[in-house]
Amino acid sequence: MTIPTPSQTVGPFFGFALPFEGDAHAVPPGSDGAVRIEGQVFDGAGEPVPDAIVEISDGDQFARCGTDREGAFHFTVRQAPHFDVLVFARGLLRHLATRLYLPEADLDGDSLLQMVEPERRHTLIASASEGGLRFDIHLQGDHETVFIQL
Amino acid sequence: MTDLDFEPPYLFPDYRATQMRAPRHELVRLPDEWFHQRRGPAFGRVPVSSGDADLTRQHRGEPLGERIILTGRVLDSDGRPVRHTLVEVWQANAAGRYVDPVDTHPAPLDPNFTGAGRCLTDDAGVYRFVTVKPGAYPWRNHPNAWRPAHVHFSLFGPQLASRLVTQMYFPGDPLIPFDPILNSIADARGRDLLVARFDPETTEPEWALAYRWDVVVRGRDATPSES
Repeated sequence: MTIPTPSQTVGPFFGFALPFEGDAHAVPPGSDGAVRIEGQVFDGAGEPVPDAIVEISDGDQFARCGTDREGAFHFTVRQAPHFDVLVFARGLLRHLATRLYLPEADLDGDSLLQMVEPERRHTLIASASEGGLRFDIHLQGDHETVFIQL
Repeated sequence: MTDLDFEPPYLFPDYRATQMRAPRHELVRLPDEWFHQRRGPAFGRVPVSSGDADLTRQHRGEPLGERIILTGRVLDSDGRPVRHTLVEVWQANAAGRYVDPVDTHPAPLDPNFTGAGRCLTDDAGVYRFVTVKPGAYPWRNHPNAWRPAHVHFSLFGPQLASRLVTQMYFPGDPLIPFDPILNSIADARGRDLLVARFDPETTEPEWALAYRWDVVVRGRDATPSES
């Protein structure tokens, strides 16, 4: 039997289990090349999602951050052209996958971005903000983030 | 991925929380090597100690409830064992109450039970936890809604596409036919993949019942090409 085991929602009660010490910091804050990425997760009504957990990875970098009451999460990572991002939440029967590009990355030639409607590409590109980068995730609605079919 | 697929949809209105959270745009389909076959998250920073697999020994006393052994194999798409991969579990206590402060169900907390565990699979892809059987609990999705007893599982595996968060259910649970979360999987064969089997061979006499549940994650445990 090699049928993949189906997903089920992470539910609302993961906060005592999945977080771990230093989980949001793939590299130590303040270390060489470290960049802070922060954002919020929103639902289709534009309301913050306070029971999501977001994971970011690239190569040997991995970080995880549960959202707070404002739906906010943050990471510290070492600069890379892009990161893979997974979103888990109550109400998501399966997690969502997307990609985060740094604004200074060479975006014109990126083959993944070329697969995305031009007017939605901006949802994959972090923006410069005070003290780092900002990357909001809209699960649904006018600003819906581009998600990747798993 | 061409495998037979029983994944639930994002939008399943009977599970109310999906209505405002399921994406409405079509998801972008990419060649597998661009995303799916990228290396899975490097979970090495997640702390795992040998005691983390026994949820009945994390406090001074033993938790109340039916002691169980929960074990199985983690396999990849080729049916090969996934070795040394991280398995995280969490669950309610025997009374159906989570330690999580978000849980307001008026059932007792157990001072001897947290309900969270971690382990790495061994050389044969086997994981093994000792815990207590979780209780059912109400949720407000619809009138008189109760979740069947379940254990949450989080698994990594070799590739980005292998990442899996799911729930394991117990055989014969009378709440299963009424649960919109499990029944979001339309095909009974898919739902059956989430139900453990009672395992008399692994059951330890005079000590604990055993349940066996194998997990298949997507992807292959070979060196993937990076995009």
